Amino acid sequence: MNVPGDLKYAKTHEWTRISGNKAKVGITDFAQHEITDIVHVELPEIGKQVRREQPVAVIESVKSAFDIYTPLSGKIVEVNDIVLSTPEIVNKSPYEEGYLFTVEFENEKEVENLLSADDYKKLV
Amino acid sequence: MEKLLNELSSDCKAAYDLESDIEIKAQIPENLKRNLSLDLPSIAESDLLRHFTSLSRKNYAVSTTFYPLGSCTMKYNPLVNERIAKFDNFNKLHPCQDEETIQGVLEVMYKLEKDLCEISGMDCFSLQQAAGAQGEFAGLLIIAKYFKSIKQKRTKIIVPDSAHGTNPASAAFAGFDIVSLKSESDGSISPAKLKEVLTPEIAAIMLTVPNTLGTFERNIPEISKIIHENGSLLYYDGANLNAVMGVVRPGDMGFDVMHINLHKTFSTPHGGGGPGAGPVGVKAFLEPFLPFPRVESKGPKFVLNYEKPESIGKLKSFFGNFPVMLKAYAYIKSLGAKGLKNVSEQAVLNANYMLARFKDKINIPAGNRCMHEFVLSPKALFKNGVRTLDVAKRLLDCGYYAPTVYFPLIVEESIMIEPTETESKETLDAFVDTLVKIIREETSLEPQKLKDAPVNTPVGRLNEVEAARKPILKWE
Repeated sequence: MNVPGDLKYAKTHEWTRISGNKAKVGITDFAQHEITDIVHVELPEIGKQVRREQPVAVIESVKSAFDIYTPLSGKIVEVNDIVLSTPEIVNKSPYEEGYLFTVEFENEKEVENLLSADDYKKLV
Repeated sequence: MEKLLNELSSDCKAAYDLESDIEIKAQIPENLKRNLSLDLPSIAESDLLRHFTSLSRKNYAVSTTFYPLGSCTMKYNPLVNERIAKFDNFNKLHPCQDEETIQGVLEVMYKLEKDLCEISGMDCFSLQQAAGAQGEFAGLLIIAKYFKSIKQKRTKIIVPDSAHGTNPASAAFAGFDIVSLKSESDGSISPAKLKEVLTPEIAAIMLTVPNTLGTFERNIPEISKIIHENGSLLYYDGANLNAVMGVVRPGDMGFDVMHINLHKTFSTPHGGGGPGAGPVGVKAFLEPFLPFPRVESKGPKFVLNYEKPESIGKLKSFFGNFPVMLKAYAYIKSLGAKGLKNVSEQAVLNANYMLARFKDKINIPAGNRCMHEFVLSPKALFKNGVRTLDVAKRLLDCGYYAPTVYFPLIVEESIMIEPTETESKETLDAFVDTLVKIIREETSLEPQKLKDAPVNTPVGRLNEVEAARKPILKWE
């Protein structure tokens, strides 16, 4: 299982890559494996204000539908449209091309509260 | 694969001539006339008969095989009730007929409502909803309207992760936000954890009893106290009512709203998408919000009351699926109170017998006792990349309908089995032996057999991923 060391993680199996006051968000390799073949993704609207741990996206596989929670509060500033037409990219490349959205976060403290790669590995 | 009627069609076959002796065309304005011939298939009567007989033999049903689909209550539904539902006295009526001329229908609806109240401990029911999920939806609209009427803003519904999957969907559809509550390892609710998520915004909690792990919720009195002290309501998902009839009543346990799936517990064959019925039951203080019309008795007569200003409105055309109600009424009357209690006791006994036979062979996360269904977790026994999906497909080759798989989500690689009360010990034994053999022997010795399954069915293994990503939606 791939858990990159430079990312932060949420208990609900989302990862986030911080750069400045923006954070890219996707689901972990563990999550995509458990969800199995993804067939449909719903993304949040750009500009939407979101609160930490609020469900903002939906991923559907042959098995079931899963809510995806934002690990940070703030504003959705960008979404990855590619996953809408080719949802399988989330399975193939969960940390790069298959990311879901970018959130402009408000509170540094929330970032500190996320899990490190080692902590996430212990969790799963 | 069976050919379609259009593919079977041939010009040289002698078929019926459907030409009418009425000159319809004469009455239709010139510009609306269709001048092309209809592309109807032309098939010999014997071929047509074989076509439909062949299709009917491909049916998978309770009447052809054991159908242990968890949480679906696929039991034998007495055929006599089908016959009753087809009586001309009911079957030939029209829903627009005058009240005076459908007194029998109204009487059945009135008395069924009273019987459901007796069984459930609720004060009144609306029979109109067409299925369980519509019953849930109605129940949640009633809850929303109630809080609106007492001018309280409550926007959230708590749904435990051991509840039926439709619960969060119905609540969201009714405009609520969902607060998910993590259950304990046997699917039960911890009152302490419930208190943590309780806020003044909570309108209700939806409990599935018995829960999807097949265990009875032991903390209901405490949950009821906590919820009601918060001013919130208690909702009972009655899809698993087959486990508790004549033993406990949701109304007595403090539930304010519930729905019942008549087609599961009360004798309507289901599984093909309907028709069903999902009556919603409430305590008296919620009666004004029930859908209309309500059947009421006025002296010796039964009448339809449409004057319900606070009602959530109508959810289904006319009165709902009446034949399903009629079958339920016939079923309840033919079994009586003792018989219904016996149904639940036997359903629970059958499930526990199977569970006892699986014990020590396949992991059962919720322990040694269950209600009417239980969940297996064979993950630790899987070898050679075999998964629960492969086991389910292999069961089809062995002549069984596969149980519910990958639900509930809280158990990995789950297999959910509900035998129901109408199966014999011989059937239960044969199924247990088959499933144990597949999981304990075939996964090691013949994994390919599982991955290739099913091979004995009219259609082999479907590519579910492609079917979802690139569905072919029309015949080509």
